[in-house]
Amino acid sequence: MNQFLTLTVGGIASGAVYAALGLSLVIIFRATRVVNFAQPALALLSTYLAFTVSQATGSYWLGFLVAIVGGAVLGAASDRLLIRPARAHGELGSVIVTLGFLLVAQAVSGMIWTSEPRSFGYAFDFRGLFSAANVFAVVAVLVTAGAVLLLFKATPLGLRMRAAAFAPEAASLVGVRVGLMVTVGAMLAAAVGALAGLLAVPPLLYPTVLDGIFVYALTAAVVGGLDNPIGTVVAGFTVGIGLSYVSGYLGPELVTLASLAVLVLVLSLRPNGLFGRGLARRV
Amino acid sequence: MSLLVRHLLLALLALAAVVTLSLVVDPFTNVRIATVGYYLVAVAGLTLLTGTNGQISLGHGAFMFIGAYTVALLVIHVPGFPFWLDLLLAAFAAGLAGALTGAAAARLHGPYLAGATLALAVGLPALTQRFPDALGGSNGLAFTVHSLPAGLAVPQTRWQAWVVWTTALLVLVLLANVTRGRFGRILRAVRDDEVSAALAGIHIGRTKILAFLLSATCGGLAGGLQAFLLGTAAPGSFTLALSLSLLAAMVLGGVGSLWGAFWGALALVYVPVWANDLTHGLDLGTDVAQHLPLAVFGVVLVAVVLVFPRGIHGTVTRLVSAIRKKESHEKNP
Amino acid sequence: MRRTRSAVIFAVALLLTSCSGAGESTGGEAGAKADAAPGVTDDTVVIGTHQPLTGPAAPGYSRISVAAKAMYDYINDRGGINGRRIDYRVEDDGYNPTRTVEVVKQLVLQDEVFAIVGGLGTPTHSKVVQYLNSEGVPDLLVSSGALQWDDVAKSPTTFGFQVDYTREGKIQGKYIKENLSGRKVGLMFQNDDVGRDAQQGLDQFIRPDVVSRQGYDPANTDVLPQLSALRDSGAEVVVCSCVPAFTALMILTAARLGYRPQFVVSSIGADPVTLTGLLQDFAKRGGAEVSAAALLNGLIGTGYLPDVASDDPWTLLFREVHDEYIPDEPFTNTVAFGMAQAYTFAQALKLAGRDLTRGKLIDAMESGRIAGPGVTPFAFSDRSHSGYTGAFVFQIGPDTATKEIQAPMVTDRGNGPVKAAPTGRRTPEDIALVGA
Repeated sequence: MNQFLTLTVGGIASGAVYAALGLSLVIIFRATRVVNFAQPALALLSTYLAFTVSQATGSYWLGFLVAIVGGAVLGAASDRLLIRPARAHGELGSVIVTLGFLLVAQAVSGMIWTSEPRSFGYAFDFRGLFSAANVFAVVAVLVTAGAVLLLFKATPLGLRMRAAAFAPEAASLVGVRVGLMVTVGAMLAAAVGALAGLLAVPPLLYPTVLDGIFVYALTAAVVGGLDNPIGTVVAGFTVGIGLSYVSGYLGPELVTLASLAVLVLVLSLRPNGLFGRGLARRV
Repeated sequence: MSLLVRHLLLALLALAAVVTLSLVVDPFTNVRIATVGYYLVAVAGLTLLTGTNGQISLGHGAFMFIGAYTVALLVIHVPGFPFWLDLLLAAFAAGLAGALTGAAAARLHGPYLAGATLALAVGLPALTQRFPDALGGSNGLAFTVHSLPAGLAVPQTRWQAWVVWTTALLVLVLLANVTRGRFGRILRAVRDDEVSAALAGIHIGRTKILAFLLSATCGGLAGGLQAFLLGTAAPGSFTLALSLSLLAAMVLGGVGSLWGAFWGALALVYVPVWANDLTHGLDLGTDVAQHLPLAVFGVVLVAVVLVFPRGIHGTVTRLVSAIRKKESHEKNP
Repeated sequence: MRRTRSAVIFAVALLLTSCSGAGESTGGEAGAKADAAPGVTDDTVVIGTHQPLTGPAAPGYSRISVAAKAMYDYINDRGGINGRRIDYRVEDDGYNPTRTVEVVKQLVLQDEVFAIVGGLGTPTHSKVVQYLNSEGVPDLLVSSGALQWDDVAKSPTTFGFQVDYTREGKIQGKYIKENLSGRKVGLMFQNDDVGRDAQQGLDQFIRPDVVSRQGYDPANTDVLPQLSALRDSGAEVVVCSCVPAFTALMILTAARLGYRPQFVVSSIGADPVTLTGLLQDFAKRGGAEVSAAALLNGLIGTGYLPDVASDDPWTLLFREVHDEYIPDEPFTNTVAFGMAQAYTFAQALKLAGRDLTRGKLIDAMESGRIAGPGVTPFAFSDRSHSGYTGAFVFQIGPDTATKEIQAPMVTDRGNGPVKAAPTGRRTPEDIALVGA
């Protein structure tokens, strides 16, 4: 019973991270209709930025802030310089470009900060079964998800962003600046991704730290539906708890394969995710 | 003359060239030649799947992993099997895994397929931790492959280059035949427009699975050859970065082209060497040196999609046909 | 299609008609080609090594080659060994065994090194031992405590350097049995030679007290399940045969669970400076109770080289070399390790004489005349290629300074007893490796 409790609580804590990174994938998908494999790259760079700033100034929260803001800037830059031009080259082209960016980000992180693990702190005290740091993670993710949902559903900006994504020509005819909206979407996605990185990385930071987490976040986003933020957040926590049980009862080495199994199973039954709504295919 | 015979003659010519080269270069260059050979097999398989059949796979490293470990386990536990049998079994094991993957992924496309194969690439090597006694855990397995026929006095590095390239050229002949013929047309039809292909009577699922099977078989052969060359199989070699590097090599060389696979394999071996020399020359330190090749591959991926969509081979063919056109213009003004 | 496929299979079978099994050895191993001397000229000798200069599982190890280079520079500036300068080539394998094979082949085939010195890592070096031995390349002073380097019959050119994990386990076991008797013991170890060999030693002394054994894989940084199991088993002492990253993770996770056992850490993972670096950031969040110093206070470790804070004559030599050649580098026990290893190789080189061949280098290693700077003698002989024969036990105080709590002991890798180390230890002046 003790182990069950430990695993469940641990799962909720990791689930918060998957939900956050999954949320960033959803935001960028809603804005650009592209699954952006560069999101973990942006999250990684943002986290390294936080590391540098907090090492230099001694303040965790300053690093935190710089990471979020820096992440947003990087997101805007990658959208303008990479994603936008790549869309002209089809689905394969977009995926490949974002993968290229992932490679570059990991390599540059290794060049500047070396591959050695660096000590990276938690937001709050990490001791205890469900520590203050865990509580912060869950609360931060829920608040962020709520804010994002509110943004999309209830604000004019959100409406403009949705219009820019779904019907760019019609939207621009009514005065929506489509390009700007897409960039705003990219910035928001990268900022959320930066949050995910800051929560995921402790205690040790190194260039490949987000590889596994990206797989689980992608699973959460796909299961929840790539255009459904609430579904993704729910799926994120579910995947976190489920994989925690797999890790505890079956072995930590099987977690990624379990995630793969979930991904394949869900997509085989419902190709647009459990809660997603796909476009009808044009024949 | 039939396509098969023509391809076999070309392959024989290429093998003769490789053998000649191996006789004149130093032993370490022979190691590099062999390395280009097995990467060629891997990238050729990937280009069939992603280029000709349009299925984005980020998990090719996983099939190399299967091939390498199959050879390793056979050499260690069934030492009586000759090496070519080990290699064949490695190809078979990987092919089987490929068929399973293809079946599971048949209804996925684009980024979903990419995500699923990504999970495979990251997750499969973790099996070594699950079965540390059988698979050696993170340490991996060490062994020596004895494949030199008794009485043949050839230096080890040269023999290895011959074995790898013989296999690679045979694989290329097979792939060339497949992609030029009817099956190749079917693969491309499924890539270009699934709905029309289905309407024309092509069985989409079966085609996709077969493409995965062939591609994975090549990956398994490549992994088995790597194990042969290095005498080691360890999970640390089959990272996500490997799968992405294979993709980069394929894209750089030219998607869907077997010549492109060759350019890509050359890049995979020599870009790290040049990057290393560059950083030594500029005295930039090992952190930069170690990561520069990956950074280059990442930049290559981006640049090729945005600027040179047809990769090296595409650029070369365009240049050649531009020259030919110019010549014919000059002849017939 | 079918014709193509069968033709291919037939061709493959024909071309590779080797009937001999792939795993079967075809006869005599080459052994040390004794008269060979590649990499040796009138005024230089070229040596190589593979090191994890980059890579996730090896914080701290990247400084070893930097320290060794400093020592070689010191020696070269004072005339070299027998009139030859040492040309030290370092290749990065990123702790990836496949890269290790590639760079070692490059060193042997392209750089044509005379010997490989200090190859680092068990998973990495184990992949090149067979190759180096069959090519007759001296493979000296492997930076790893696994038992497998000591196999005179199968690997005649391979020699260890640091105290092996079994000897160390015995010394740790004896300390625990005598000083922490009656307490329940939990074991945490790396899932490879490190763990296997260490347990072989520990079990000779504390087997009845062991209540839990937990392995970890370096690729998986979540050690919560292992620490939970250790805590639930009631272990009051935890022996950690771990690399520094995992020692740090273990300490942190225990703190997270509020679990405070007595940690006993192997030499490979016990360097206070490296551990402090890995733990330092947690002080900022959790307040003073989780500063690195607080987390490390009371940790027991083992060592076999004089501590860098002492005024042992060897430490003074290393400090002198450090201050002259690498003054910007922090002076840690890892630096001492690199310098000690380089010095030991230089001794062997000198003993091999001016008329240098690979065979003579091997003989010099086995001569039994190589000594210092360790606190215990080497086991090198024609029957043993093990390195240092023992270690001392220290404890980290509240200010991360270390204090010796058990004098150096020596033992063998089998069931022999653990005895006090011989006291007569040679100093740098005694050995007089190079002119001042």
